[in-house]
Amino acid sequence: MDAIDHKALQVHLRSEARAEGVFRTATLISALFVLALLAGVILALIYGAWPALKTFGFGFVSGQKWNPVTDIYGAAGPLYGTVVTSLIALLIAVPLSFGIAVFLTETCPSWLRGPISTGIELLASIPSIVYGIWGLFVLAPILQHTVQPWLISHVGPLPYIGKLFQGPPFGIGLLTAGIVLAIMVLPFISSVMREVFRMAPASLKEAAYGLGATQWNVVWDVVMPWSRAGVIGGIMLGLGRALGETMAVTFVIGNAHRISTSLLAPATTISAAIANEFTEAVGDLYTSALFALGLLLFVLTFIVIASARLLLLRLERGGVRRA
Amino acid sequence: MSMLRRRRITNAIAFIASTIATAIGLALLCAILWTLLSNGFAAMSWTLFTQMTPAPGSHGGLLNAIYGSLAMTVLGILVGTPIGMLAGTYLAEYGRHSKLCTVVRFINDVLLSAPSIIIGLFVYTLVVLRMGHFSAIAGAVALGIIAMPVMVRTTEDMLNLVPKSMRDGSAGLGAQPWRTITQIIYPAARSGILTGLLLAIARVSGETAPLLFTALNNQFWTAKLNEPMANLPVVIFQFAMSPYPDWQHLAWAGALLITGFVLILSIIARSISTLFGQHANPGE
Repeated sequence: MDAIDHKALQVHLRSEARAEGVFRTATLISALFVLALLAGVILALIYGAWPALKTFGFGFVSGQKWNPVTDIYGAAGPLYGTVVTSLIALLIAVPLSFGIAVFLTETCPSWLRGPISTGIELLASIPSIVYGIWGLFVLAPILQHTVQPWLISHVGPLPYIGKLFQGPPFGIGLLTAGIVLAIMVLPFISSVMREVFRMAPASLKEAAYGLGATQWNVVWDVVMPWSRAGVIGGIMLGLGRALGETMAVTFVIGNAHRISTSLLAPATTISAAIANEFTEAVGDLYTSALFALGLLLFVLTFIVIASARLLLLRLERGGVRRA
Repeated sequence: MSMLRRRRITNAIAFIASTIATAIGLALLCAILWTLLSNGFAAMSWTLFTQMTPAPGSHGGLLNAIYGSLAMTVLGILVGTPIGMLAGTYLAEYGRHSKLCTVVRFINDVLLSAPSIIIGLFVYTLVVLRMGHFSAIAGAVALGIIAMPVMVRTTEDMLNLVPKSMRDGSAGLGAQPWRTITQIIYPAARSGILTGLLLAIARVSGETAPLLFTALNNQFWTAKLNEPMANLPVVIFQFAMSPYPDWQHLAWAGALLITGFVLILSIIARSISTLFGQHANPGE
């Protein structure tokens, strides 16, 4: 009797232990799969980009020609468009996000805080294609008929800065894409800023108030320096988004492979070029050039996102230590 | 006195500016939603759900695109969610602070914000080139890859919220970790994991770029997974960019459908997480 029980127990324990091994291995493999996925993405991009990189070498990055007819491809145009639209987006989104974060952490009555931050964060859940059609059918006409003519006639004649606002008002182009991107990255930047502002130790703020500081003094001279790394991390996270955003930009960028100083001119970005041309690309070199653009975009966003994450990670650890 | 006044004025200006910034943000949300609602409802009709996408100039609906989107989203979630959940479990329960976990966590964060069009290129190389043609399977794989990092992140966060004493109690009764995890910790973190799942679905259902060169599009009805399949985002893209008013109306209606679906999912996810006092970070 006793011996039978003992045996059954042993069988049971052994099967439990075996199940444990299986489960543990399954979770480990899944975790390793995350790494394999990234490695796979990098390998696939390099594999696809290889013919173009072999043909054009490093000149691919700086080449200004993009001509499927003569099979000559250079990434300078899309690269320029990607960088300029993202910078415009940051120029608009960073001050707005800062304002929103300050409003939500300092000014806002507490009963309004929940609804307003939900509203701002809902901006992040609108699909990017909706931003695209909104940009094309609503924003672009407004820019074309009112904002851009004003810019051309009033800012255009000014020295230096005027160069940015030349040419006819197309409605679509670098500026429009930049504005749409700004709206899209706004919720991301403002939510990171809000989180890091909230992490600022109350004792520091109270000490400043005790010295007679105004609320603004506390925000600007105490909270800001304390959370600088986090704020920069949040901005770079937004930049990472803006660089890689595809559909919204594809609608409003105008798809022209050229570099012009005017922000009102149609242009293209890396992601828009891939989205527009990939399924229509005939010829191996053409497809490969688009893969090379993808690789370039990946390297660019990887650097930006990785440094953003490192900054935020360090802040998280610091926050725990300080708390 | 004058310095105090200046500081007070700066203070007032700064806070008025911050209020204006918030008002601009909310106004933009309202503007976008308003455009979507007014154009979308104008184009809404029952034929959307009963007819196929039309040729230019004739009437039709979005039935094949709605079906395609649902099929690929469900498949993608079925592929991506279990792997993501298991990986998140490893990070929270087994590896915790090991070097491997730090690296996996970091790479997962990178995947979370990597441009989705890159995932499209990857799946094109992996699946489309192998099969020799575009297919719904490729689309589902792409969506699965995008859903996975969301699940990894939320699963880990939610499992970490489960008190350690529950694990100790279970271990004290002689349970192996896998029993503790599947029978104690998963049920305890149920609402949080559900939130993550909803967020993953929301994230995936609006994706367009990775479907452009995986599932492509299809003018006609197909239920075969190894053929190109219509889907709402790509149809919206194609129809909105077209010069035909009929197609543009359908694009608005489709955009309203997707946005409504995604917003409802995010609001449900949000209320689940506040209801159960757990904090999910939807954006990142």
